[in-house]
Amino acid sequence: MNQLLRILEGIGSTVQLLLRAASYAPTLPRQFGRLIEQCYLIGYTTLPIVAILSFFIGSVLALQAGYSMQNFGAKQFIGALVGLSMARELGPVMVAILLTGRVGSAIAAELASMKVYQEVDALVTMNIPPARMLVLPRLAAVLLMMPVLTIIANLVGWFGGAIISSATSFIAIDPASYFATMRQQMEFSDVLNGLVKAEVFGFVIVLVCCNIGLNTRGGPREIGAAVTRAVVVSLILILVLDYFVTKALL
Amino acid sequence: MPPPDTETADLEKPMGGTSAVGVKVENLSKSFGSFDVLKGVTFDVQPGEIFVLMGPSGSGKSVLLKHVVGLELPSAGRVTIDGLDAAEPTTREKVRMALVFQAGALFNSLSVYDNLALYPREHRLAKESGIRDKVMRALQILSLEHAAQKQPSELSGGMRKRVAIARALVMEPQLMLYDEPTSELDPVMSATISEIIATLKEQYRVTSIVVSHDRELALGIANRVGILMGGKLAYLGSASALRQPQDGRIEEFLHPKIDLKNPRFKKLEN
Ligand SMILES: Nc1ncnc2c1ncn2[C@@H]1O[C@H](COP(=O)(O)OP(=O)(O)OP(=O)(O)O)[C@@H](O)[C@H]1O
Ligand SMILES: [Mg+2]
Repeated sequence: MNQLLRILEGIGSTVQLLLRAASYAPTLPRQFGRLIEQCYLIGYTTLPIVAILSFFIGSVLALQAGYSMQNFGAKQFIGALVGLSMARELGPVMVAILLTGRVGSAIAAELASMKVYQEVDALVTMNIPPARMLVLPRLAAVLLMMPVLTIIANLVGWFGGAIISSATSFIAIDPASYFATMRQQMEFSDVLNGLVKAEVFGFVIVLVCCNIGLNTRGGPREIGAAVTRAVVVSLILILVLDYFVTKALL
Repeated sequence: MPPPDTETADLEKPMGGTSAVGVKVENLSKSFGSFDVLKGVTFDVQPGEIFVLMGPSGSGKSVLLKHVVGLELPSAGRVTIDGLDAAEPTTREKVRMALVFQAGALFNSLSVYDNLALYPREHRLAKESGIRDKVMRALQILSLEHAAQKQPSELSGGMRKRVAIARALVMEPQLMLYDEPTSELDPVMSATISEIIATLKEQYRVTSIVVSHDRELALGIANRVGILMGGKLAYLGSASALRQPQDGRIEEFLHPKIDLKNPRFKKLEN
């Protein structure tokens, strides 16, 4: 019962924070510097790990698919399989999970420490709304960076799959036919579908982590607790939202 | 108390048109859970007045200041600034007020310079060159010019406090609240702070509420003094009247005698 109340409270305060941040949207042009800084933090720092992981995910997909499909004589569709799985599902979900670990946790930690050490109170007394200065640039930045990260994840994953498909002896499909089937079976809407998902995930993760950070109360110990909560809630939300967004987009 | 009109040219004229504001604290009560911190505190601060609030540690002085800037909401009673309810967020937009936090509350990710420049930048009060002049002037007043590019983590406790005061000065507020501004400072710097507070009043009619244990400061610059004890004002009156001997616990608070033969902590044991 208490748990349920806390969840409802969390949803309520998150929506409120969203509305407040959105109401400051017109101030975005003059926060350009902050927006660029956040784009750098969100996009650039997450990029290497996104690239590495998506390469291996693409590779493993190709390997598993090639192994199980060789008996059906369906392995020429491997390009389509890797392509679709990356674009529609694994790309966005993986980027979202990495974003949680790399960026969501950092946001929760930074805002929680600003709250605990009264920096947020200082902003409030200076009549500088935290939603405007701390939340809005992050939300805008994640909307800009998620598609970029997801497209890169897709491309690297596809190439990983292609390399493994041609290099593995029991698959042995050359990159040209790998990409040919991919192009045949995939449409741009499949990629778009994944990008929409990624935007939803990224936006919700950043919003939730900001809200948890800003609602931290107490001392330094609560900063750690806030980070843990932010990561756990984000991960749960990714999987739950994944189902609903997938369903809505079908 | 520094004589008005001398040495006071240091502080610049506020940028906006400012008028002095008064603060009214009416029957203010605050509880955290079942713990009553403030139990019906009433006083008012006249426009342009310096009001010094004293009281034992833990008596609720910081909590009271937070009510004035609207960071805490009253359990009962209310605080108004020029008739505007301090609990309303819109009051902060109408009245320019600054709080010097007891722990400084500097922005740890910003340099000292950027800490001071944040307010004028965010509110677009001046061009970058104008902001630079104001920030450097405030740093100069508090002997911090050399620390402009330092990060807050590189500062000593007293320096942090001075940066916090400088940051409040740059805001050029109508209402200035200080939470123990001199508690970590050396005697000369403490005197400087007293002079700053008095100068702001003399030249710009800034209303000030100063929480302080510093008797020199209180008796030197205060127009009136309140002493908070047990959640209530045990004393409210002029600073000069406080120089006369007071009754029991106020006298003990203002002039505690160090009694080695019969120490206080021993009394507790019995
Ligand atoms: N957020 C809070 N939650 C619970 N109790 C609080 C909170 N803030 C303050 N208190 C309690 O209120 C009382 C008054 O605190 P306050 O910080 O106002 O004291 P103070 O008079 O400023 O003391 P000092 O001179 O040591 O700074 C203390 O007992 C403190 O424990
Ligand atoms: Mg205090």
